[in-house]
Amino acid sequence: MKKSSFLQKVLNAPYMLWSVLFIVAPLIMVAYYAFTDADGNFTLNNIMQIGDYTTTFILSISYGAVATVICLLIAYPFAYALAQTKASFQRVATMLVMLPMWMSFLIRTYSWITILGESGVINRFLGIFGIEPLKMLNTGGAVILGMVYNFLPFMILPLYTALSKMDNSLVEAAQDLGCNKFYCLRKVIFPLSVPGIASGVTMVFVPCVSTFYITQKLGGGQITLIGDVIEGQFQTAYNYNLGAALSLVLMVMILICLGVLNYFTDNDDDGGVLI
Amino acid sequence: MTKTSLLSKFYLALVFIFLYAPMVVMMVFSFNGTESTYVFEGFSLQWYEKLFHDKVTMDALKNTVVLAVISATIATVLGTLAAVGINSMRNKHIKSSVMTVTNIPMMNPEIVTGISMMLLFVFAGVMFNKRDVLGFWTILIAHVTFQLPYVILSVLPKLRQSDNRIYEAAQDLGCPPVQAFFKVVFPAILPGIISGAIMAFTLSLDDFIISYFTNGPDFQTLPIHIFSMTKKRVKPDMYALSTLIFVAMFVLLVLMNVAQARSDKKQRAKKGDK
Repeated sequence: MKKSSFLQKVLNAPYMLWSVLFIVAPLIMVAYYAFTDADGNFTLNNIMQIGDYTTTFILSISYGAVATVICLLIAYPFAYALAQTKASFQRVATMLVMLPMWMSFLIRTYSWITILGESGVINRFLGIFGIEPLKMLNTGGAVILGMVYNFLPFMILPLYTALSKMDNSLVEAAQDLGCNKFYCLRKVIFPLSVPGIASGVTMVFVPCVSTFYITQKLGGGQITLIGDVIEGQFQTAYNYNLGAALSLVLMVMILICLGVLNYFTDNDDDGGVLI
Repeated sequence: MTKTSLLSKFYLALVFIFLYAPMVVMMVFSFNGTESTYVFEGFSLQWYEKLFHDKVTMDALKNTVVLAVISATIATVLGTLAAVGINSMRNKHIKSSVMTVTNIPMMNPEIVTGISMMLLFVFAGVMFNKRDVLGFWTILIAHVTFQLPYVILSVLPKLRQSDNRIYEAAQDLGCPPVQAFFKVVFPAILPGIISGAIMAFTLSLDDFIISYFTNGPDFQTLPIHIFSMTKKRVKPDMYALSTLIFVAMFVLLVLMNVAQARSDKKQRAKKGDK
């Protein structure tokens, strides 16, 4: 017994050290920079300045929420339909869903410019019928599209995992007992897929709220979300203190959102469904 | 019945078209005869040729692979040890707080993880009076850190499934603990370790945001290089590069699936024998 606990300490030591140094300490650094000025003196100025960015924060959360809901609406029927198909097809299809995730998301986002641009693929196609080019790029819609496109697989996979594991005899039992299709979906299938929804929503919402590349490319600088502001503070304005304060608030805000989500879905503490 | 399944087939196809449309566009334009990414004029392989002669891109590619191999190896070893340690923890409170800390890099927005590490490195640089701290070592540390939870969370379930009594039995029969671990526990958790390692590797290959904040000017990875290229007007050579990455990933994924299918078949055959 004693020996194994010693062994356990030896095994744990490197990771403990690593996580204190590179997970906990960096977070403390964020707080430290948020509450100091450029000379390292304590100040509340950075936190006070955050008030100026309230609308940006609200805009980011709204964009993230809209994109997440659209992802959910697209992914749920997809995952459900996929779970009903033949096993061999399911294997190939999940592979095809995962494949885009492994490609540079920068290029995948950029190639939407080729599709949506003023002289892009869609507008050329419309031009054949004599339709005036539509302005699709550099709009809020394009940003939402970019978010949905990039993070859709993160919604599909956990939903599919939850729905494919579901015991089909439960659905049959409900139907035998006189449950109609809609009620069966609401009372049996949906509650069983809640863990999948929760991890899907988390995996889509967090990167959507904090993105900066998608807004830069598809929003063309017309739409500024909180990720853009933070990136700007670190890469162009070099105001690390304000950037740290904004990151701190972003982190707290996302934690609150996730906390609310967990409260409603009552997740296991196993860390959600991994791909 | 047939009506709904036709409808659902149509829907599945529609979503796949959405997922693959940009990639098809990208592939088509990588063979473009001119510099445009809007108008397709004639087929050519010139962009592929240019790509292979572009030293900066090739260097970035090499850096990316080197970084992914080293960081995934460290993360796999460290993460497996950590998973074994966490699994054997008796104290519930310590265990759950360790798990909370482990989950932080997964839950936090990537931009916050990147920034927090950057601030740590900058702070350490100021403390030790060293300028330009950001470089290979900082990006390596950052990559290992964000890969660790994925390795731990793919090894832990396998450890929970494995029967601890066999490990104890081996020790009762006089096997030293370390040897007992490698003979009994290790084979049982190997699938988890492998899938964790693959995930760590691919995450590292594709990571942009965390690398963006922790890299230095003398160690650029491919995603960072692509980012700086897309700041200007992109030429089809970037599309050619992505097409090649796509093909490589596709082959890798197919191979993994074939291997998986084969081992499933074997297992089923084994069960049939009994």
